Amino acid sequence: MSERPKAVALISGGLDSMLAAQVVKDQGVHVEGINFFTGFCVEGHTHAIRQKDKDKAKRNNALWAAEQVGIKLHIEDISQEYVRVVTNPKHGYGQNLNPCLDCKGFMVGKAREWMEARGFDFVITGEVIGQRPKSQRRETFPVVAEESGAGDRLLRPLCAKRLEPTLPERMGWVDRGQLLDFSGRSRKPQMALAEHYGFEDYSQPAGGCCFLTDETFSRKLADLWETRGTREYDLDDIMLLKLGRHLRPAPNFKLIVAREEGENHFMNGYRKRFHSVRDLDNPGPLALVQGEPGEQDLETAAAITARYGKGKTAERVRAEITPPGGEPYVTEVAPMPPAQIPEEWHV
Amino acid sequence: MSETGSEPQILDARGLLCPMPVIRTGAQVDQMAHGETLEVRASDPGVLYDIPAWCRVHGHTVIESREEGDDLVVLLRIGGDDTGDD
Repeated sequence: MSERPKAVALISGGLDSMLAAQVVKDQGVHVEGINFFTGFCVEGHTHAIRQKDKDKAKRNNALWAAEQVGIKLHIEDISQEYVRVVTNPKHGYGQNLNPCLDCKGFMVGKAREWMEARGFDFVITGEVIGQRPKSQRRETFPVVAEESGAGDRLLRPLCAKRLEPTLPERMGWVDRGQLLDFSGRSRKPQMALAEHYGFEDYSQPAGGCCFLTDETFSRKLADLWETRGTREYDLDDIMLLKLGRHLRPAPNFKLIVAREEGENHFMNGYRKRFHSVRDLDNPGPLALVQGEPGEQDLETAAAITARYGKGKTAERVRAEITPPGGEPYVTEVAPMPPAQIPEEWHV
Repeated sequence: MSETGSEPQILDARGLLCPMPVIRTGAQVDQMAHGETLEVRASDPGVLYDIPAWCRVHGHTVIESREEGDDLVVLLRIGGDDTGDD
């Protein structure tokens, strides 16, 4: 080992991982951060797309956290490998399609690989016993350590005093006495420590930083898998699940109706891949039609799309339907009244 | 011509949403030498925060960021005004 121990800290952009990195850095350990892009990260994408979010700060919380702590941050794209974590989690899902325990093991494993490749000594996470009902429990901590391959090179500084001493503690790379004994769901100890360090304006996402913990998103992903007949996805699928209103009038096709100008603009980029529909006579949304729609299905799609535009009360509107990569054609439809759109069509 | 007197390398990150432009920037910078310059062209407004933040934590220097039509352009120099990396 080098004279000065080196640790890689998983940095999510939330408070706990930031504090964990700071606590260890304070002990003179060289700490660098690592952040993983899975495709399901909440921040970034939707802010970039949606017009109504244009005024929001577009900071990347992981970069912001690293800057506060004063460490480098390496952002790694693991979206391809992550597919197998989402589609086939060994430990199952949480309340929605969140495979939190598998995810944690996978990410710590990737951090362990990064550590080994660069001659670092241990991995840090911001986990706290009892903080999360599925993945952060005393019983699950050894699972993460074992399945990641990190073993006792995995240090959880925020609750280390409640756990058996790990290699960094036994070797004296860190002083166990200066580590912490947090537990449970209370955020007060973390907030007090943040105040101690002068951390303000840190991110506190209510549902975590992953779309898979979101009920609506998970429902849409489940619908995608069910109608496709396979639990696979690509990044474009995930992007489109984050956008628009999703309506499925029949098993063979689904509409994604843009909710505002930013989404209209973004979805325009997908017109070569899917049928698209818009009202020619009135301002309104672009809709993409996924699946295998027939001619009548596209008429239905046009009528639904017109219902969400300025022409929703018109008797009839001209709708433009463009096949993927093909020439647009025009048809006339009556905007579908809201009462005729059954609740069960909304995915 | 960049401040360093040599043409910058160009990274086209248009159409990518954050954090992908940052990831691509990191990968490109890994192949470059201290003092060289890189021009990142992107379309996601997030790069105007993310790339400067990434440069700060890695000890690189943002020379300028600007809008050119629909493109957002960030020009950076590898390493800081001093030696950069710790």
